[in-house]
Amino acid sequence: MSALIPLWFGVIAALWTGFFILEGFDFGVGMLHDLVGRDEAGRRAVINTIGPLWDANEVWLIVAGAAMFAAFPGWYATMFSGMYLALALLLASLIVRGIAFEYRGKGDTRRWRRTWDVLLTVGSTLAPLLIGVAFADLLHGLPIDAQQNYTGSFWDLLHPYALWTGVTLVLLCALHGATFLTLRTTGELRNRSGVLARRIAPVTAALVVGFVVWTHLTAGNAFFLSLVELSAVLAVLAVLWLVHARRDGFAFAATTVTVAACILSIFVDLYPRVMVSSTNPAFSLTVDNTASGPYSLKALTVVAAIFLPLVLGYQVWTYYVFRARVSAVEFHLPAQRKPSAPAPEASPAPDASLAESREREPGGRHA
Amino acid sequence: MDLDLARLQFAFTSVNHFFFVPITMGLAFLTALLQTAWHRSGREEYLRLTRFFGTLLLINVAIGVVTGIVQEFEFGMNWGAYSRLVGNVFGAPLAMEGLAAFFLESTFLGLWIFGWDKLPRRVHLTAIWLVALGSALSAAFIMAANSWMQHPVGYAMVGGKPQLDNLWAVFTNPVFIWGYSKVLFVALVTGSMVMLAVSAWQLRHGGDRALFGRSATMALVVLLPSILFTMLVGDELGVVEGRYQPMKIAAAEAQWTTCQPCSFSLFQIGGGNADHTPTKIIAIPHLLSLLATNHWNGKVVGLSPLQAQYSQQFGPGNYVPNVFIQYWGMRAMAYLGVVVLLIALWGLWAVWRRTLATSRLFLWVATWAVVLPFAMNTAGWFLTESGRQPWIVQGIMLTRNGISPTVGTTWLWISLLGFVALYGTLGTVDLVLMLRYARQKPPVPRPESEVSAPVPAMQY
Repeated sequence: MSALIPLWFGVIAALWTGFFILEGFDFGVGMLHDLVGRDEAGRRAVINTIGPLWDANEVWLIVAGAAMFAAFPGWYATMFSGMYLALALLLASLIVRGIAFEYRGKGDTRRWRRTWDVLLTVGSTLAPLLIGVAFADLLHGLPIDAQQNYTGSFWDLLHPYALWTGVTLVLLCALHGATFLTLRTTGELRNRSGVLARRIAPVTAALVVGFVVWTHLTAGNAFFLSLVELSAVLAVLAVLWLVHARRDGFAFAATTVTVAACILSIFVDLYPRVMVSSTNPAFSLTVDNTASGPYSLKALTVVAAIFLPLVLGYQVWTYYVFRARVSAVEFHLPAQRKPSAPAPEASPAPDASLAESREREPGGRHA
Repeated sequence: MDLDLARLQFAFTSVNHFFFVPITMGLAFLTALLQTAWHRSGREEYLRLTRFFGTLLLINVAIGVVTGIVQEFEFGMNWGAYSRLVGNVFGAPLAMEGLAAFFLESTFLGLWIFGWDKLPRRVHLTAIWLVALGSALSAAFIMAANSWMQHPVGYAMVGGKPQLDNLWAVFTNPVFIWGYSKVLFVALVTGSMVMLAVSAWQLRHGGDRALFGRSATMALVVLLPSILFTMLVGDELGVVEGRYQPMKIAAAEAQWTTCQPCSFSLFQIGGGNADHTPTKIIAIPHLLSLLATNHWNGKVVGLSPLQAQYSQQFGPGNYVPNVFIQYWGMRAMAYLGVVVLLIALWGLWAVWRRTLATSRLFLWVATWAVVLPFAMNTAGWFLTESGRQPWIVQGIMLTRNGISPTVGTTWLWISLLGFVALYGTLGTVDLVLMLRYARQKPPVPRPESEVSAPVPAMQY
């Protein structure tokens, strides 16, 4: 067995973890944008906190899927054909959500925008739910025969543990999004994000603890929690304290660790299996019986070694470029911003907006 | 699982995906050109055009991205046995596509859209060029994967499975080199036809002549060489495919018997897989020999001898692709290409005569001609993909053996109907938005005093 096989299992786990850390807060922002934003300017400000970022974050999912295809074709084939309807639904939710970002601002009517708001919320909620269910099923086990084919129905995917994991991920993404928004917005938006984070945190903590225990029992390979499972519990407890202490930066760091630890727990407990068979443990898919040939893995390793650091570099730079906080004031229509101004084309308007943007500067700088 | 339904779903989603891909590739390149022109000349018209066509680009990128995710998932969902067998070779370019191209395209697109006031001008210009590069690169990787299905190279059979043993061979596959070049030129044709159509509409409806005369001219200057190269490269691709997939080329002429030299028929009556002697109208001598072999007296082996040869080589079965689709797909693609070429020549002639902005007939034709590249591209993909049948990977796996063995027909129906409904809605919304934004007056750049003013035009 080549050493590249466990390496690529690790790369795939890392890609999914990276996906949930980054797209996790995008999902959260999508779910909460209406609650935090409240009016059109607020909603636009909230959406624009992730505007430049969400598309590149979603690519982590595409790369994670493609890496599974390339490094473990058997895993990819069984998982994607077995979880057919769940993935079709996931695609639909990713589609409407991605389109909502781009299209909601391109229509004039209130109904147009509210329709996309609803689709954005629903899509952002369904996506982590479905991926959570899918990941939990990998570990919990699905009816798989000796030929590595899924033999169950759609309902076999919906085991209570899978549903618990799905709901946990939804709440965790919402919390992650809320702590992200406290860092990226100003004024009322920031306050409301903080309030939401404090409301969501206790439920999420309970769900995460339940998830960790259930995952540990499902994997059933030791009495004590593993290091990564333990970090999930500790991190979510830290979140609970940090959101109440209003330490926004640390709270976001803690939700990041929680998200990462939850996703990694599943992968760590799974290894060296990749899909457990509930029909017969001997039929389980493992890294060895699903992996690509050594040459493919070597080629992939070289390409990943060149491009992953490059990608990380320019993505970090992007986050640096867009570090400034976003405030609702930027999205008020000219008439709303200065009700006393007689008409938008009157000469004071540009000066007024310039003055306003200067006032915003201090809030915008320390992000 | 129902084979025809799975093929229908793949055809539907991929044809739809490829409506948006060439617009994205082509318009990204053209927008980058416009912004470069602004950067170098400092003329305001170029900035306004950059913003205007940039918005049209963004409307399409979104759908191109999300419909692309569907394509990636579909291999595993509907074509599980195929993925299991060839993922070892086929998966590698897909993973590289994500790492090397998608990240680049999406990250720098975000930087470009939102970076107008945040990045130095030169860096901002680099961002749109990297978007164009990313989209062109992504097409390279997916075309490498597709070309491997047409003509598998760089692998060895280990335990009945193809295993990659030479990545270099995959990226120097002649089918890939010619096929990818063709996609690049086709993207430029599509992008410039869209830009030409929008400019022509604006000129017909009192749009700014200084502005849209300029963009129409630029579109035509890109269009003419692009369509010429599309045809030349397409011709060479035909020769390459004739070598590795003789069935595809013989079927494109409905040539059942071997011929030498071979003539090309402009039209035929009858034809299809059951009618081996269709009535061919206006046969041009030697043309098929030239197209298929590059030789005046080249030999084209007919479908019947090929069928006999394949049956002997791979066992009994029907190895003839759908001849009707091949024959008419080839002609639709080629004839539409000629129409595009004529439009490009007509337009450049009008530019030369300085009558472009006032030639109502040309502007009307150029507006409606926007449907041509999409019809042409679709016909071309039918020719390529249907011509590979019954193989999913030429000589290695039959399409009917590639489907997911345990996915039920009900599931397939649900996802197919769902995708049709979703794509139908999205396509309509995209079209409505394109029409609305294409008919707007281009934005006037904000004066310097307002540089940090609210609501930059391209934010969400």
